[in-house]
Amino acid sequence: MLSVENVRSAYGRIEVLHGVTLHVDAGEIVTLIGANGAGKTTLMHAVSGVQPITGGTIRFEGRSIEQLPAHARVAAGISQVPEGRQVFDPLSVQDNLRLGAWSRRSRDLKADLARVLQLFPMLEAFWEKPAGTLSGGQQQMLAIGRALMAKPRLLLLDEPSMGLAPNLVDHVLAVVRSLKHEGLTILLVEQNAGAALAIADRAYVLETGRIALSGNAGDVHNDQRVREAYLGI
Amino acid sequence: MAELLQFISSGLTVGAIYALVALGFTLIYKASDIINFAQGEFVMLGGMTTVFVTLAGVPLPLAALIAVVSTTAIGVALHRFAIEPARGASPVALIMITIGASIFLRGVAQIVFDRRFHSLPPVFGADPIQFGGAAILPQSLVVLASATVIVTVLWLFIERTLLGKAVIATAANRLAARLIGIDTRRVVALSFAVSAAIGAIAGILITPIALTSYDAGTLLALKGFAAAMLGGIGSAPGAVVGGLLIGMMEAFAAGYISSNYKDAVAFLIILAVLLSIPQGLFGRAKVERV
Repeated sequence: MLSVENVRSAYGRIEVLHGVTLHVDAGEIVTLIGANGAGKTTLMHAVSGVQPITGGTIRFEGRSIEQLPAHARVAAGISQVPEGRQVFDPLSVQDNLRLGAWSRRSRDLKADLARVLQLFPMLEAFWEKPAGTLSGGQQQMLAIGRALMAKPRLLLLDEPSMGLAPNLVDHVLAVVRSLKHEGLTILLVEQNAGAALAIADRAYVLETGRIALSGNAGDVHNDQRVREAYLGI
Repeated sequence: MAELLQFISSGLTVGAIYALVALGFTLIYKASDIINFAQGEFVMLGGMTTVFVTLAGVPLPLAALIAVVSTTAIGVALHRFAIEPARGASPVALIMITIGASIFLRGVAQIVFDRRFHSLPPVFGADPIQFGGAAILPQSLVVLASATVIVTVLWLFIERTLLGKAVIATAANRLAARLIGIDTRRVVALSFAVSAAIGAIAGILITPIALTSYDAGTLLALKGFAAAMLGGIGSAPGAVVGGLLIGMMEAFAAGYISSNYKDAVAFLIILAVLLSIPQGLFGRAKVERV
């Protein structure tokens, strides 16, 4: 469904992705783990089209998308929940969600809004409140809901568990799993490698801009280097 | 008392114009972080185009419409051909581009129009209305009423339409706006279009009172900028309040001190704001979160 081939990207003269290749098949949860600064977010931004690439190709459902502007990639079916949530602080929860469907040009969003509330019932109490007043966990749910409003076929999740209380981490991961059962394809970036490997089908380990290791989530989980470096076992 | 009333009425009138100019600054700044120093040229183009189209025999309302539409087109063109090609440049570089555009537009206006001062007939005549001993120009009321309508329509657009909310979203978090599929370039283009239209209307409204010429935009832009600074750059309510305050202070300075120093007021305010409350009255201090 998504195939990233030999992608390079740089900030100014400093190259941070030195030719990354990975793929995500339809219906999979693929996780990308790695330390701070390995380039995980840069790769996610490159797939969404908000970070320019200096080489390589990105294909989505067989179509080359690296020339498409970011908004066209959302319309094509790729949604991202960015790192740090990035909700629209001054806008209400409802408006954040409605804007999530911006790329669809659809005016009847009742069913979609209801579905988000079904996944995250606690958002209903804050329906008309500015998103900036929500707690970190609530904002994370809002950010996921907002991305789902675009009805993506591929969901990019960047550090959804960052800064969340442990029970919320479980809730968010349970939602991610249920989204997979509904047929959504997911690329999950996580520093919480243990949690990510537990729900993923396959995994890639990104180290300083290169894929260092890849394989089934279980194999990666059992890899000695991964256990030492990312799982602390 | 009559004197005070007189100063207030003339202060509010020019203040409303400064407020509109400041709103233009605010809109573009919110959408793009650019301070558009060609904002004053939009005001000049509104007034000058109306003058010259009426001289060609076109009735005033139609001429005003032509002026607003053509100025809006120039605003969009400014974005498309000057700002957009420099995408990715620093805000400072983009601000310099707008200064260049401002000089360019003034030069073209000098050639296309002329270098003389021009006026327009007031909408409801020039006979002042006596009120509490003060003589209030009917055009002042037209300015205030129009400014109120523009501010209200803009507010309704921003608060009540999804497109308006997309503008707020772009201003609040450009990365997230792009990630949910908003074409932020078009939002910035829209902000240039709306700012140009508001500027043109301000220029048409003020011309019967203050005259216009090819270089009338420069001073208006600086005063509108001072208003936006005073209100807190990026705050729409701040732009309105800042504009009215500067207009009033100018009127008082002209009335109680000397009209020679009137134009200095705006600059003193810029200095005072920068020194004491750099975030302005309604602005929030920029906090870098990590």
